[in-house]
Amino acid sequence: MKFLSKFYIGLVFLILYAPILVVILFSFNKSGNLSYFSTFTLDWYIELFEDKEALNALKNSLILAITSSIIATIIGTLAAFGISRAKNRYYRQTLESVANIPMMNPDIVTGVSMMLLFVGVGAIVGAKSTLGFWTMLIAHTTFNLPYVILQVLPKFRQMDKNLTEAALDLGCTPMQTFFRVELPSIMPGIVSGLMMSFTLSLDDFVISHFVSSPDFKTLPLYIYTQTAHEVKFSMYALCTLMIIAIMLLLIAVNVAGSMGERRALKKARGH
Amino acid sequence: MKKRSFFEHIATAPYVFWASIFIIGPLLVVLYFAFTNQEGKFTFENILSLSSYSHTFIMSLGFALIATVICLLIGYPLAYCMSRMSERSRNILTVLLMLPMWISLLIRTYSLMALLDNGGLVSGFLTSIGFKKLTFIGTEGAVILGMIYDFLPYMVLPIFTSMNKLDVRYLEAAADLGCNNRKTLWRVILPLTMPGVISGVTMVFVPSISTFYISQKLGGGVFDLLGDTIERQFQNAVTYHTGAAISLVMMVLILLSLAIMNKFSDSGEDIIV
Repeated sequence: MKFLSKFYIGLVFLILYAPILVVILFSFNKSGNLSYFSTFTLDWYIELFEDKEALNALKNSLILAITSSIIATIIGTLAAFGISRAKNRYYRQTLESVANIPMMNPDIVTGVSMMLLFVGVGAIVGAKSTLGFWTMLIAHTTFNLPYVILQVLPKFRQMDKNLTEAALDLGCTPMQTFFRVELPSIMPGIVSGLMMSFTLSLDDFVISHFVSSPDFKTLPLYIYTQTAHEVKFSMYALCTLMIIAIMLLLIAVNVAGSMGERRALKKARGH
Repeated sequence: MKKRSFFEHIATAPYVFWASIFIIGPLLVVLYFAFTNQEGKFTFENILSLSSYSHTFIMSLGFALIATVICLLIGYPLAYCMSRMSERSRNILTVLLMLPMWISLLIRTYSLMALLDNGGLVSGFLTSIGFKKLTFIGTEGAVILGMIYDFLPYMVLPIFTSMNKLDVRYLEAAADLGCNNRKTLWRVILPLTMPGVISGVTMVFVPSISTFYISQKLGGGVFDLLGDTIERQFQNAVTYHTGAAISLVMMVLILLSLAIMNKFSDSGEDIIV
């Protein structure tokens, strides 16, 4: 039984990873053919780095991911703070359910509905084309917001209310209390919300597909147009690099997470 | 204390502002487009004209349901097996399960295509061991396989999480009270992991029914799923109204299925993980 269960786990994970491994392997394949591997080469990587459009798309992706995740984190953290303190139950519930909408809705519906809004507003204002960096920024911030709230809100709820009271009693202004007492204790939630937003934004294709214009392309959009017709091995190289980047990020987050935990543990023991 | 409550109150203001314009606003615009014609007059025509897309609706629903059921059949035993491993292996397996979730669907679909493509590794291997030349791309199977491959981790993770939360003492109690293994599975484990199953099903079904990239790549443009149809309607301003109507109906369809599924799970847990 134990063997069978191990075998099953191994098999499913093998199938899950096989295509990804094939892409990584064939990004180093000289023959430029998918059916056999000839010799090792870095040609596709060189081709990729000489591709100005790809580098530009990478730059756009990073700019968009950084700005949208920071804006979403600020608005989302404030919202989580307000929601956790709101007295009115209906107000609280309404805000939380509204935050759920972009998570429940299929991405394509979120994408087209935002596009209709932008195009509609553009038509009213009389602008020629409204889509571009700003619409992308708005859309990414919007779909990031619920995830930030989801990460930060529980931290506010778990927080010891007495700390806030104590700070206020000891003469902190509400602002000071927020920045000196509450913010530090919800920091883990903020960091994971920020990281999540950053990766979601970097990764998004469907919503971006509808609210973008050809002059502001992110990496996923670039991959989409490049792979529309034929197999391009420089795209395999790009995918490999992205997979490696994601793996490094995941490892870094895990290491940082366990290190942070250990530090917190030490602190708790010290006090 | 007065000042304090003022700060608490305005903290939600930016979010309320943002959400009403960019979350609620777009949905109202979809409603508007779905019920108006190009002159901006109120009409039911867009919704009524959807009867010509009934084939698309049925096919998308069918594909998504098959993919979801297969994901559940593969994923549930997988989550069960994983939850029986030692803690160290469980942690490693969790990371391995989450890694594909972080890799762009575009890349994963594209890499599956690399395997299945005509002249790709799988067909090359099959021809070399004497099979006839097979084509995968452009078949129903390839599209459904793509959905399963892309979304399987989203099924496994929530089930695995609820398996891990399961108190071992329940299983011991069941055994003590005379349940055999099969009975324990059906009467104890399955009901207790139902919230995980529900969120897994949601997380596979919703993206499957609305995908357009998978069907474009692996379906070879043969299958017009709901996502493809919507995507096409929005390439041309003339058909925005039909596109809005299809999106609206799809949204209602999904919300209905979510509501029905929530009825099935008697636990009050939210379906979002």
